[in-house]
Amino acid sequence: MRLKCPVCGERDLREFFYVGDAVALDRPDADAGMDAWDSYVHLRDNPAGVTRDLWQHEAGCAAWIVVTRNTVTHEVKETALAGDVKRARG
Amino acid sequence: MRVSGKGLIDRSTPVRFTFDGTSYSGFMGDTVASALLANDVRLMGRSFKYHRPRGPLTAGSEEPNALVTVKRGTDAEPNVRATVQEIYEGLEVRSQNAWPSLAFDALGVNDFAAPFLSAGFYYKTFMWPRAFWERVYEPIIRRAAGLGGLSGTANDAEYEKAHAFCDVLVIGAGPTGLMAALEAGRAGADVILADEDARAGGRLLSETHLVNGQSGVDWAAGVIAELESMDNVRIMTRTTVTGAYDQGTYGALERVSGHVAAKRGTPRACFWRIVSKRSILAAGALERPVAFQNNDRPGIMTAGAVRSYVNKWGVVPGRDVVVFGNNDDAHRTAQDLHAAGVHIAALVDSRSDAHVTGDFPIFTGAQICGSGGRLGLASVTIRTQIGTEKIATECLAMSGGWNPSVHLTCHMNGRPVWRDDIASFVPRADMIPGMVTAGACNGVFSTHGALVEGQRAAKETLEALGMKMSAAGIPETEDAPYTMSPLWAVGGTGRAWLDFQNDVTVKDIKQAAKENFRSVEHMKRYTTQGMATDQGKNSNVGALAILADVTGRGIPETGTTTFRPPYTPVPIAAMGAGAQGKGFAPERLTTSHEGTLKRNAPMIEAGMWYRPSYFPKDAETTWRQSCDREVNMLRESVGVCDVSTLGKIDIQGPDAAAFLDFVYTNTFSTLKAGRVRYGLMLREDGTVMDDGTTARLSETHYVMTTTTAAAGSVMRHLEFVHQCLRPELDVSMISVTEQWAQFAVAGPKARDVLNAVLAHQIDNDSFPFMACGPVKVGDVDARLFRISFSGEHAYEIAVPARYGASMFETLIEQALALGGGPYGMEALNVLRIEKGFITHAEIHGRVTAFDIGMERMISAKKDCIGQTMAAREGLVGEDREQLVGLKPIGAVKQLMAGAHLFDPESPATREHSEGYVTSVGFSPTEASFLGLGFLKGGRARHGQTVKLVDHMRGIETLCEVCHPVFHDPEGGKTRG
Repeated sequence: MRLKCPVCGERDLREFFYVGDAVALDRPDADAGMDAWDSYVHLRDNPAGVTRDLWQHEAGCAAWIVVTRNTVTHEVKETALAGDVKRARG
Repeated sequence: MRVSGKGLIDRSTPVRFTFDGTSYSGFMGDTVASALLANDVRLMGRSFKYHRPRGPLTAGSEEPNALVTVKRGTDAEPNVRATVQEIYEGLEVRSQNAWPSLAFDALGVNDFAAPFLSAGFYYKTFMWPRAFWERVYEPIIRRAAGLGGLSGTANDAEYEKAHAFCDVLVIGAGPTGLMAALEAGRAGADVILADEDARAGGRLLSETHLVNGQSGVDWAAGVIAELESMDNVRIMTRTTVTGAYDQGTYGALERVSGHVAAKRGTPRACFWRIVSKRSILAAGALERPVAFQNNDRPGIMTAGAVRSYVNKWGVVPGRDVVVFGNNDDAHRTAQDLHAAGVHIAALVDSRSDAHVTGDFPIFTGAQICGSGGRLGLASVTIRTQIGTEKIATECLAMSGGWNPSVHLTCHMNGRPVWRDDIASFVPRADMIPGMVTAGACNGVFSTHGALVEGQRAAKETLEALGMKMSAAGIPETEDAPYTMSPLWAVGGTGRAWLDFQNDVTVKDIKQAAKENFRSVEHMKRYTTQGMATDQGKNSNVGALAILADVTGRGIPETGTTTFRPPYTPVPIAAMGAGAQGKGFAPERLTTSHEGTLKRNAPMIEAGMWYRPSYFPKDAETTWRQSCDREVNMLRESVGVCDVSTLGKIDIQGPDAAAFLDFVYTNTFSTLKAGRVRYGLMLREDGTVMDDGTTARLSETHYVMTTTTAAAGSVMRHLEFVHQCLRPELDVSMISVTEQWAQFAVAGPKARDVLNAVLAHQIDNDSFPFMACGPVKVGDVDARLFRISFSGEHAYEIAVPARYGASMFETLIEQALALGGGPYGMEALNVLRIEKGFITHAEIHGRVTAFDIGMERMISAKKDCIGQTMAAREGLVGEDREQLVGLKPIGAVKQLMAGAHLFDPESPATREHSEGYVTSVGFSPTEASFLGLGFLKGGRARHGQTVKLVDHMRGIETLCEVCHPVFHDPEGGKTRG
């Protein structure tokens, strides 16, 4: 498997660290309530199809990357810097 | 038997090799199979289950029968295909799965027991008594079954793995692949052309028809010469592309030196990961046998293989040859052999409307229905409309048609599609993204068709790459239509083999269907059809056809055959090349490593790091003596220890303080420049992640230390928090663990040691507890931190790593002069237990700040990672297991880490466990074992007695529950 690091270009899977669903970007406010926090920390969908994952180019530039890919076909549709994604959301 | 004037072997270079101890002669360019056939040796192995005598069925890597072991001892390699292994001077080849000899195999009795050994036999027979399976049945079955054995010793042969990149990967260098590579190469694409054979050319090397007025061999040689002249083309022979993976990645095994006498420094094989933008599959096709009674005798081969033996190696596998087929392609075998002067005893075509001409007996609308012979074929029986006829022959060339080699296209879950006209499967489009299939593997079998297909594939591929192709003319060559009529099995009694390697017969498939294993997946598992090392390359389609027939369904409805990587077996040693020894576990060494070894310290692994356990002195015979001495030394004078393995993260930027406030539970924005603070870090779920000290060097510059174990994960976490949660913060960070060598100098005389090496003297006012700042050691800029992990007056001094070794020596020299010296991990551990300091033995991933008594370190004035979840019900509360100290008070004085804690009156069973012990050590300071552990409601139980029980080691100790800080609880020593 190969992923395109927005900074370094396409690289081998071995250079990346996988963390899971990009829902990790959406950290609730401290007072959002326990349901929101439970969902943020513990609950994840496991779709057969398109997912958005967080990967880090750990053995490269250390960038955290949001990878949009299909778990069925393994097609990687898009990669973007997590910082950019987060900033765009404000 | 050799025939003159044929073959690509070098007859001027004879090569001697041995097979089962007998010496044979072949020529350079021979395989083991071709050389043995040239020596009239047809028997090369015994079958898996029935131990039937077997010879080669094919002339390629799909070979199911002729598996041999090459070389000897640790070098031995089992299950090598005799049809692939090239011979070289002195090569040692042995047969497998036969005892005492290949010609007389004792387990050949299995063949007579065959009526009892049908599909499902094992499942039905070895059910009872239950206990017999492991001790009786399995060992016997294991010994009887199987292929070659491993040497039983570590494999010290060399292997390599490597990466390659290209625009276009062309898989297979037959006419299709050569044409495709030529066009892609001429267009300027970066091309890798991989072929599993020693020589590029594919079927052209085995056929006699002309290409562009030249022999196929010469035409191929001309193309290869042109490709070799191009800098953008790389030809990889003896390289089997074994798997297709995501994003254009392919696995390939290159047999680097298996064809020559071993030389040190040359890998046996190299496992390649080839990353291509596009690929062209030109893998060709494999011929399938016909199932008839006793169709497995040595001397019975596929027709294409017989043609290969005569045309490529100048070998005929017998004096008389019978050819049997259901298609026109088989006729070529008769024609080529006849032209080579070989006697064709008969050509049998199952189709009554077949058009055949030739100066030999021809039977159309007839079938071969049986064979005779003991260790090799002696006769075949032909059944015609008028009856049966037995013909003496030593070789039968059979063809049930050709199966496109769709294997790689199936590797990403795609299913091929059935084509009735060729009675086989062909790939669908886009089964592998970026791959175009062409030629015989696409169901196009003529040479002209292959060349056209190769050009088409190149055109499509180059267009996808945005490149232009200047199409060359297609060379003139044969374009015979491939006509065939399916013939899967010839009717009759007796066993007719489908899967030669796993000994699966037509009967077995029928039996499976009868027992309702009608799905192809069930049938496969019940009969083991296609589950041998050849993955049923010759037999899967046939077996599927039989299953379809018995179950009254069409083949496409019955199912499709699929294939998984690898296409041919890949030694694990090749895939894992370089991952043995230090390649498996790299070593990280500190700058004081040499100096530590010089002092005879045994090393202990801490992650990948190597750290000293203790520094033995002459009279000391046990580690405890050294450890006790080092602890006392440090408490009384001074000790020196390399602490460079702790993670060091340099954090800078206007928002560095805000960032640290967010990752640490406590506040770092209030820390003054020139001061250090202990920090606690949580995971977002509220569990403790790591702890350490962070120094503020200036308003915008911090240096964080992490534990040795968590250095990597904390670095990743900080980057996550910054990039994914707080990208608006203007802060940057980088690991400087390896840039700074850092040494702890601890003990009442620590300052004296430092003042002996620092350019400017320090005292308690200029450098109080938790101070930090730049210092000079000679001309070198260093950093000094007044922090303590032992409870003593202590410092850590950091110098650029290149000065680490000399700094270590200098500090030790000064310490020795004051009655101190170096100390190791054992003493460090005792010192911190005495002081109640935690490590990852305590913060092991399940404890909260509350559990370790640090809940007040979670500042309520700000948000931080883990703050919300740490307050959850259940994560705080008096009934949680809390950090306590433990001290033995009964007759038994020993404490054990990992032991559980119980009420002294309760039985020591799981449900009564009230906690557990995390760290223990013998404290010379307290003259007692001391322990740290977690105990339910522990903070309120100081002074109570608990029972420590270690069931593993059979130790039971009564302990007093204590405050975790045993030594100097007021901290006066640290500040002094």
